[in-house]
Amino acid sequence: MRVSLFITCYNDALFPETGKAVVRVLERLGLEIEFRPEQTCCGQMHWNTGYLREAVPIIRHFVSVYRDAETVVIPSSSCVSMMRDHYLKAAEMAGDAKLVAEIESLLPRIYEFSEFLVRKLGIEDVGASYPHKVTYHASCHSMRSLHLGDIPIRLLKQVRGLDLQPIQNMQECCGFGGTFSIKNPDVSSAMLADKVRCVLNTGAEVCTAVDNSCLMHLYGSLHRQRTFVRTAHIAEILASGHEAEARS
Amino acid sequence: MSEIQVHATEWNRQDFPVAAKELLENSQTRKNVQHATNVIQAKRNKVVAELPDWEDLREAGAQVRAHTLRHLDYYLTQFEENCTRAGGHVHWASDATEANRIILGLVQQHQAKEVIKIKTMTSEEIGLNAHLEAHGVQPIETDLAELIIQLGKDRPSHFVAPALHVNKEQVREMFKREMHLPDLGDQPVDLATAARNYLREKYLRIKVAISGGNFLIADTGGMCILESEGNGRMCLTLPDVLISIVGIEKVIPSFRDLEIFLQTVPRSATGERMNPYNSTWCGVHPGDGPKEFHVVLLDNGRSPILADKEARQTLQCVRCAACLNVCPVYHQTGGHAYESVYAGPIGAILTPQLHSMEEGRSLPYASSLCGACYQVCPVKINIPEVLIHLRGKVVREDQATFAGKFSLWNIGMQAAAFLLKDASRLAMAERVGQVGQKVLVSKNGFIEWMPLMLSGWTQTRDLKAMPAQSFRDWWAQEKAPYADKSKRSGTISNG
Repeated sequence: MRVSLFITCYNDALFPETGKAVVRVLERLGLEIEFRPEQTCCGQMHWNTGYLREAVPIIRHFVSVYRDAETVVIPSSSCVSMMRDHYLKAAEMAGDAKLVAEIESLLPRIYEFSEFLVRKLGIEDVGASYPHKVTYHASCHSMRSLHLGDIPIRLLKQVRGLDLQPIQNMQECCGFGGTFSIKNPDVSSAMLADKVRCVLNTGAEVCTAVDNSCLMHLYGSLHRQRTFVRTAHIAEILASGHEAEARS
Repeated sequence: MSEIQVHATEWNRQDFPVAAKELLENSQTRKNVQHATNVIQAKRNKVVAELPDWEDLREAGAQVRAHTLRHLDYYLTQFEENCTRAGGHVHWASDATEANRIILGLVQQHQAKEVIKIKTMTSEEIGLNAHLEAHGVQPIETDLAELIIQLGKDRPSHFVAPALHVNKEQVREMFKREMHLPDLGDQPVDLATAARNYLREKYLRIKVAISGGNFLIADTGGMCILESEGNGRMCLTLPDVLISIVGIEKVIPSFRDLEIFLQTVPRSATGERMNPYNSTWCGVHPGDGPKEFHVVLLDNGRSPILADKEARQTLQCVRCAACLNVCPVYHQTGGHAYESVYAGPIGAILTPQLHSMEEGRSLPYASSLCGACYQVCPVKINIPEVLIHLRGKVVREDQATFAGKFSLWNIGMQAAAFLLKDASRLAMAERVGQVGQKVLVSKNGFIEWMPLMLSGWTQTRDLKAMPAQSFRDWWAQEKAPYADKSKRSGTISNG
């Protein structure tokens, strides 16, 4: 299987280690990976902020880059949810029947990273080892749009040495919400404070998620408060460990 | 028009972020709101989990509501015919002014100086109490929470539990003061008894009652009200005259449809399997209940919503407030931050639309789009989708003004859209960012201060500086020459 990696714009610029980790995990599983350098962004920031017309060319660009891809893997559930929940609507709004058809054909080939491992490949144990106390933050889009359920938890449970700590109020948003955290910084901060309290109560050293956007938000506060609790995208945990290295 | 202005000054005074900040600083209100919503939410989850066909009921409810809205003219006319045949009087009010005029006229016709009221948010929407008071008629709220709001000169913060933001100690202090009960105890039973004593003689004396309505039933011409305290049942049966003010969207095609909503609404609203009081009635009956029954069907900005295909689902709402109870934004601020009769996620989409997007323009942004509201909605209103649609309207309208076109937001988003259309532009922007960020990065490698509209972010959060190498550059350097032979994966043209 040839996997095309859509890194997403913010991971590209801010979290390249996540991309490298995705590549390591998938290569170990024997997959052929390609990176199409023409890729940019899914259009979520513009769409969700109400810049609907401005999002359409970005969406069109994404589709033109990946229309012939066999499988697209994306380490961000919110970007995948942007595609599944809004792309058709955007194409219809633009009155572009060809784009609608292309999106309909492309969507079934698009996977979020953890979803790809478990649902598409049927793999829960990627041979990783990560001897740390970890808690899992379920991002809103992973739960309520992609319906990942316990997929990320199942992957984490197979990691050697990983001590998974359940978190309270797992369903509640961390308060990021993209430009929400800029337009409503005080409410967003209050939501974040509640979430950080839940993270700290677990006693975990590391907080993980399938979205670096939530993790950037959480780490923003964890670092400001000098809690010395780290964040790591789930791909970075799944790429860790000697056992895994030996296997590759 | 003066009454509308009175009403307008009461609500929509400030934008959500400003009002929210004030409320965030009120730790007592936040504690009350969080406690109450957590309790209701836990009860709701428990009784919803008991129903194996919950998702089917949601779907059925959504279908019935959507179908009704598509044929609203038909069902409203059918309701009018059947209600009239049963002895009721149907009035049509295109806006708040007309509704207030009709209701005041009916009250004055019966020379009533006082009216008793069942909790109705529609009457809040039209500012009915202020209008009646201005014309010498004293409205008396009989729902306990509404009585608390009325005596405390407060505003409702939740449309199922309007006084959810106050606790029993605060209620006690207010009752002691307003009901002249210096020795009032602090137990719930003491407070309920005080309210009962205050209200009971009014039910028996006052001859005109005003209600809202949960459902208008087209095929019978009947109405349905769900409530918990029995005050509604007394208002609906004891007075000589009953006037119900109901939004036009509240109609359902048939009595049988209640089968769905009487299962979903109480579970969603109060976490009960069934409301303690479910009143349905049809017209008037000699010797039984009111001698005169009026329904005022209120449009007040609803028709234009109906015409908007994307936003029409807003009117499917059955006012259960489940979306408020589950909303993480509402949890933090309570309802007053929305500066609207309708708070929470549904208020954030309903309020600006009722005001033709002229008021409440900050409300579509008062959500992190977490989707919890959509997940619990018993009629499956995709609130996040409508929020985005309304944000789109706000942006388009703002862009049509000089100030909006040249706002930092618009310039920033246009610039970002330009860069994201093409990978070489994005790669160049990343390079510029890697160098340019140096003025903001502290010694510890973090950005602890950002300017302008980004400043709020860094008031409570640090941002890790951009790494020196982007993923795409890493790939081009490390992977592309070896791992990938396809012609697609060369380095970026100008990278």
